[in-house]
Amino acid sequence: MKLSTKFLKDFVDVPVDYKTLADDMTRVGNEYDSAMPLIPATNLVVGEVLECSKHPDSDHLHVTLVDIGDEKLQIVCGAPNVKKGIKVIVAKPGAELPGITIKKSNIRGVESNGMLCALFELGIDKKYLHEEDINGICILDNDAKVGSDPIKYLNLDDYVIDFELTSNRGDLLSILGMAYEVGAIYGKEVSESKIETSFSETGENINDTFKLKVETKDCPLFLAKSVRNVVIKESPDFIKKRLIASGIRPINNVVDISNYVMLELGQPLHFYDADTLNNELCVRNAKDLEKLVTLDKVERELTPNDIVISSHGKAIGLAGVMGGLETEITNNTKNIMIESAIFDSVKIRMTSKRILRSEASNRFEKGLDSKRTYLAILRCCNLLQEYADAKIQTGMVTYDKTVKEDKVIPIEYDKINKVLGIDVPRGEVKKIFNSLKFTVLEEKDKLIVTVPSRRIDISIKEDLIEEVGRFYGLENIVGKLPTVPLKPGKFNRTYREIKHKMAGLGLNECLSYALIRESEFPYFQVDIKDQVKVLDPMTDEHAVLRYSLLSSLMNVYTYNKARGLNDIHIFEMGNGFYKENGNYKEEMRLACLISGSYKNQFETIKFNFYDIKGILEDFLDYLGYKDRYSLVVDKLPKELHPYQSANIILNGKEIGIIGKINPEFNKDDIYVFEVSVDKLLQNKCRGITVSEISKFPTISKDVAFILNNDIKAIDVTKEIKRLGGKLLKDIEIFDLYNLSHDKKSLAFKLTFNDPTRTLTDDEVMEIFNKIIIGIENKFKCLVRDK
Amino acid sequence: MEKNMERENIIKNLENELNNVKTKNDLANVKALFLGKSGVVTNLSLKMKEIPNEEKKEYGKYLNEIKILVTNKIEDKNNEIIRLELEAKLNSEKIDITLPARHSLKGSIHPMTRVVEELEDLFVSMGYDVVNGPEIDTDLNCFTKLNLPAGHPARDTQDTFYLDNDYLLRPHTSPAQVRTMEANKNKEPLRIVCPGKVYRRDDDATHSHQFMQFEGLVVGEDISLADLKGTLELFAKKLLGEKTKVRFRPSYFPFTEPSCEVDVTCFKCGGKGCSLCKQTGWIEVLGAGVVHPNVLRMSGYNPEKYTGFAFGPGIDRFAMFKYGITDIRQIYTNDIRFLEQFDRKDAE
Repeated sequence: MKLSTKFLKDFVDVPVDYKTLADDMTRVGNEYDSAMPLIPATNLVVGEVLECSKHPDSDHLHVTLVDIGDEKLQIVCGAPNVKKGIKVIVAKPGAELPGITIKKSNIRGVESNGMLCALFELGIDKKYLHEEDINGICILDNDAKVGSDPIKYLNLDDYVIDFELTSNRGDLLSILGMAYEVGAIYGKEVSESKIETSFSETGENINDTFKLKVETKDCPLFLAKSVRNVVIKESPDFIKKRLIASGIRPINNVVDISNYVMLELGQPLHFYDADTLNNELCVRNAKDLEKLVTLDKVERELTPNDIVISSHGKAIGLAGVMGGLETEITNNTKNIMIESAIFDSVKIRMTSKRILRSEASNRFEKGLDSKRTYLAILRCCNLLQEYADAKIQTGMVTYDKTVKEDKVIPIEYDKINKVLGIDVPRGEVKKIFNSLKFTVLEEKDKLIVTVPSRRIDISIKEDLIEEVGRFYGLENIVGKLPTVPLKPGKFNRTYREIKHKMAGLGLNECLSYALIRESEFPYFQVDIKDQVKVLDPMTDEHAVLRYSLLSSLMNVYTYNKARGLNDIHIFEMGNGFYKENGNYKEEMRLACLISGSYKNQFETIKFNFYDIKGILEDFLDYLGYKDRYSLVVDKLPKELHPYQSANIILNGKEIGIIGKINPEFNKDDIYVFEVSVDKLLQNKCRGITVSEISKFPTISKDVAFILNNDIKAIDVTKEIKRLGGKLLKDIEIFDLYNLSHDKKSLAFKLTFNDPTRTLTDDEVMEIFNKIIIGIENKFKCLVRDK
Repeated sequence: MEKNMERENIIKNLENELNNVKTKNDLANVKALFLGKSGVVTNLSLKMKEIPNEEKKEYGKYLNEIKILVTNKIEDKNNEIIRLELEAKLNSEKIDITLPARHSLKGSIHPMTRVVEELEDLFVSMGYDVVNGPEIDTDLNCFTKLNLPAGHPARDTQDTFYLDNDYLLRPHTSPAQVRTMEANKNKEPLRIVCPGKVYRRDDDATHSHQFMQFEGLVVGEDISLADLKGTLELFAKKLLGEKTKVRFRPSYFPFTEPSCEVDVTCFKCGGKGCSLCKQTGWIEVLGAGVVHPNVLRMSGYNPEKYTGFAFGPGIDRFAMFKYGITDIRQIYTNDIRFLEQFDRKDAE
């Protein structure tokens, strides 16, 4: 909402400059985007062209001598309409105009000491100007005094504050509403005396011939007045200038008056060419697929959510949003039907979102004060009579279902202080309500506040408390902490520790977008889940919610690889999303990806499967699942290498996958794992209980078996463990040596201990030999270098 | 006299011999020469039988003196050799300590996680519980129960990712308020924060369609705007530095009444005025307010008895400020060169 401070001063005295006003409004909650003079130009003066001759070296330039009062300046001018005797706007050397600074200069050999200005050069947007104002310099009327301020002369000495209002303050979408707010800030009275509503009426009562039907709940108030014999012409200067300052293009007196009233009072009006109506108007909801050509000449297809104005069954306008082409005011229009109405804000909002957002629809959406609806139509008649020579027909067509009772809200002083957390003196509270022009009645410890109808945003106590807070000054609130019982706060420590463990294991945490491409959704899934897709994605890139976080990490990999970064070790923890039996599901997941190599001093070690396995095991062991999980090849997604990958099983249930990326998916050596953290944490872990440290020595024995390549280390280990019994405390595989294409040597270190006594070498040898024979028999193998 | 001469000669000879000793082997030879079976000292003691009885005692004393002297000298030499040998060994083990070290692989914690954890710690220390609501939530929880009735601008589909008529990606963490209150129904006091991902349909230089919010809610008897201010002052100081000031400006949100925009002193210029704060010295960081009675009522709290405050900043920009991140997209791009810079703890 652009506020013309000049317009504002019709209703309230503003004791500060425009910048201070803007800041003071911000303090009470009305932010502004900009605060500027309407004409952001300096050093301008009215001049009279005393002489005007052709430039000796140009066919379109003129050399002029201009009297600016205290001196005479030679100025070169390129405008075609410059001539001797006219009054002009002179920018003196040193003048700041939007985009340029005027300097003394030499134009093709002739000295020029300033510039004769066109209006757009002063900063008025060309869209507000007539053709001749754009093509030539501004020629002032003869009564302009040489040497005086042309901005003031042109009635353009205005300052404009562009507010970004909160959506509850529909009342501030009018100059009058602004005046009440400003009046409350500075404790000034608001005068509505400039809103003249008197006019004379003639002819038969409109209600005798005109029929209005309202067939919808979406229109609680509809007023219409008939105005005859209007003379369409240019608006008076003050209306044009105020419209321009408010960002509205002047068109002609009739259109301008409807806009002027909307700016002044906040009530949008609509004018129909009365001769097209056949004495009937009806307000109703549109029929499904009903057609209407709006005044922008577009045929619109309507829905029952749209409110239309119709005449004799045919839609002639989209209520609150846009008029119809057929009933539009043209230059030939003589008789006008003025509509001043209130429509359902939600319905208008839906329609305008689809069709057009306008100054009018914006006001309907925010809600209107029915008193203004009446005031506006009268004010409009007054202006039309004054500036369009209109004859106002007797009577007003009226449909009114609005509630006329004022809102009365009782509020306890104590409640105000409790909510704000400060003691606002009672006198101060009353003063604030008075300055807002709310009526207050004091009753012991409370006030009975009557809220004027213009403040549609206020309906409960808390709204009144906000008013007190706004005007008492939120800066006066001194911060304190809530007085509440002490208790420890809770948070999910496990989630946090998982992240820190992963970082500790050498992985960089990633944070990626949960929305991915639809094509990426099935990646790393075996039984592909039902995807969750947003209804109207912004881009294909972000259309579906990810289930596997590995899709994201693969994208991170590709991004970095494309930048020559090959050594990548990353993880991400976050929700995976899917649908199950029609229900949306979220599952906390953890994914990890490594690729490339890492350097250990002078040695460069390429990552392989055992690195990712180590990370997985360290992670699971850290969470307390040591010895409870296993890697089993069951069902692998096709994105994983079939012979370097596995399913991760914990307590008999699959919790994730681990392995190498299938070269068909990405040919680089990439190793990944992903687990469902939710599934994992369903398995409870016992706390740490320290076991007694044996006082007796341990005995270690090494043995290597020559095994067929297809025998798995885990199977041999399990068998050794079975054979070793309870004295065998630890089995470590400390060497692998590939002897031939089908034979390998696997070396084990076995550690024996009895916490109750010292073991003898003989009894250890006895178990050791039993293990060797057992393994040799079971796996049909031999001990190496026996 | 004679004995003195003899003793001096022996010691002199011993010292001469020891001066030539280089190794333990040499020392063993010298030791044999003096203390061995036919060593000088041994020979001297053989003379005992030739000594008259009355002088034997004194001769014995003399003999013992020499023995101790000799033994001590040899022992000293032995210690010296050990010392030299050790020195030689250590010297041979000398390395270049300036060569590169052996490191374990380095990982890092993402800046957003760090900011979330820092804020969680602050609020947990004040007795707040951290809750994690779902990212897919209902229209009811995200809007209706937060006093955003149908037709309210903030519900526009252009702002929110809907999944169907009822479900959507939460556009703010505020449904955590509804969920927590409904789970507690009139139990007080309630203190929660909810950090999490939120989703909105805008994507430009300063907005990302996914970002992090940090919701806070306190409900109790006599919870006021002043309590909110004090709490946010702590919040701002913790995250942006002790000198940070907080300013409330009245504003409007459907879920709070009174509502305010909260500004902090500009984190770039400290309040002097710069391009970031458009010369105002202040930066708007969040919206907050006293929980609207309708919100309390709809979630089972009696607004006649209880009040509360709520706040909900987006925290990506706090991370940007804290770590000097200039482009919000860096937060979600996961460039390794960006992530690797977070391989250390934050400064206290």
